[in-house]
Amino acid sequence: MDDARADSGAAPAVTVTGLTKWFDKDDRRITAIRDLDLTISAGSFVAIVGRSGCGKSTLLNMVAGLSVPSAGTIAYRGVPITGPSVDLGYLTQQDTLMPWRGVRRNIELPLEIAGIPAPERRRRAEGLIDRVSLSGFEDHYPHELSGGMRRRASLARMLCADQQTLLLDEPFGALDAQLRAELQAELLSLWEGSGKTVIFVTHDLDEALLLADRVVVLGRGGTVEVDHDVPFERPRVLADVRLQPEFAASHQLLNAALGGGS
Amino acid sequence: MTTVDILETRIERTWWQRHNHSVRIAAWRLLALSLFLALWQYGSGRWFNEVFMSRPTEVVVQFVTWIGDGTLLRHTGITALEVALSFVVGSIAGIVAAFVLAALKTLDETLQPFIYALYSLPKVALAPMFIVWFGIGVDMKVILGAMMVFFLVFLNTLEGIKSIDDGLIDAVRLMNANKRQILTRVLVPGSMAGLIVGLKLGIPYALIGAVVGELVASNRGIGYLVVANSAYYNMAGVFAALFVLAAGAWLLSALVNALERRSQRWKPVRD
Repeated sequence: MDDARADSGAAPAVTVTGLTKWFDKDDRRITAIRDLDLTISAGSFVAIVGRSGCGKSTLLNMVAGLSVPSAGTIAYRGVPITGPSVDLGYLTQQDTLMPWRGVRRNIELPLEIAGIPAPERRRRAEGLIDRVSLSGFEDHYPHELSGGMRRRASLARMLCADQQTLLLDEPFGALDAQLRAELQAELLSLWEGSGKTVIFVTHDLDEALLLADRVVVLGRGGTVEVDHDVPFERPRVLADVRLQPEFAASHQLLNAALGGGS
Repeated sequence: MTTVDILETRIERTWWQRHNHSVRIAAWRLLALSLFLALWQYGSGRWFNEVFMSRPTEVVVQFVTWIGDGTLLRHTGITALEVALSFVVGSIAGIVAAFVLAALKTLDETLQPFIYALYSLPKVALAPMFIVWFGIGVDMKVILGAMMVFFLVFLNTLEGIKSIDDGLIDAVRLMNANKRQILTRVLVPGSMAGLIVGLKLGIPYALIGAVVGELVASNRGIGYLVVANSAYYNMAGVFAALFVLAAGAWLLSALVNALERRSQRWKPVRD
């Protein structure tokens, strides 16, 4: 396999080599990922697609430094990952807003931990609250928000830390179509020209094709079924992308890989 | 992006619209209390023996006498001191122990059966032993009360810490929080609900510990007033002492409720 490639000559941000992850439960060992190789170049937007249970979230957890590979290595900018890093932001699938903090104080939390003074924290949080359309809800507690609003607050909290590499695990899965389209556009506009690396896990092929430069389809056990370069130019107008003939072709290719990988 | 309208507006209400429910309930309570006192006063000597039941007016006279000669202040002061010390010592020990055991998983698992055995033991049964060890002074009551408070605060705080979603801890680890920041930003606020339940449950037990200690052996305190007056068949004195205890207990729980309301604003509203 030639998955371990570095496209367009850019330095790799994340290098996954021979990655294997298993979970032991009593007398049984369940292998979620077996011998995965993957290179993600700095500044690229990569979507990882796969059916549920293919190890997508497991992979992101390890890249984020929350869990340790059973075998193989993951390196970030050439340095093996040993724990969470200030350079990597991770938006997990599950909501992890602090229930005892209001929206603004949740969004400020990464800055608070980094020791940034209050006025600066507040200024940055306000800007992000505006970007994710949560103005007017600054002092609401998470339980007072809808699921979609909590998701937007989580997104704002991650963006607040302004990290070089962003890991997003099905960030817009639970949102309604309208809001989803708005946030996709917002994410793209934040990313384009920022030089940030984005690893975006989703099970939605349309979303992967609309946003990413490259779509990696993972099959069972985390094997790379297809590694596809997305042909659309940047900057993209999302409404137009779907109308291009390549969209249907790419979609078909990826869909076949998804079906075959199960 | 579209802006989201807030579907929340202010309603103008008059003073009566705001308070009519609580005013009505207060009136009912006053009526119920007056009825009870009236029946007690009237029935004493008629329906039941006044030697055993005394009567409200005599209780008031006894109460006023005690205020006048300083008896009330002296004994209440001692009991209040014991309750406060029991509560503070027991709570601090409980909170510290909970955080230590939450951090040391092996120690926690090892000690669990012993802790539950001690917890299940009626602490009152320890009073005679404590008298031997610590005498019949304030120490003995404080240790007895603190034992009771300790377990309630410890177990509820530990439960509170353990109930914190691991995802929240991971979230701050991802922000590169150090151990101290994980403690202050997640573990402490996350365990607050359990901790406050423990404190709330512990308050009456601080009082129980102190009073039981006084009932068993003492020469001062409200518990002593109860024992001494019943020994002389002075039931007015017994009732006056019990009234002081009830008022003290009520005051303490009002304090906890106020504390709870302040720290639990983020909890979903339950009607």
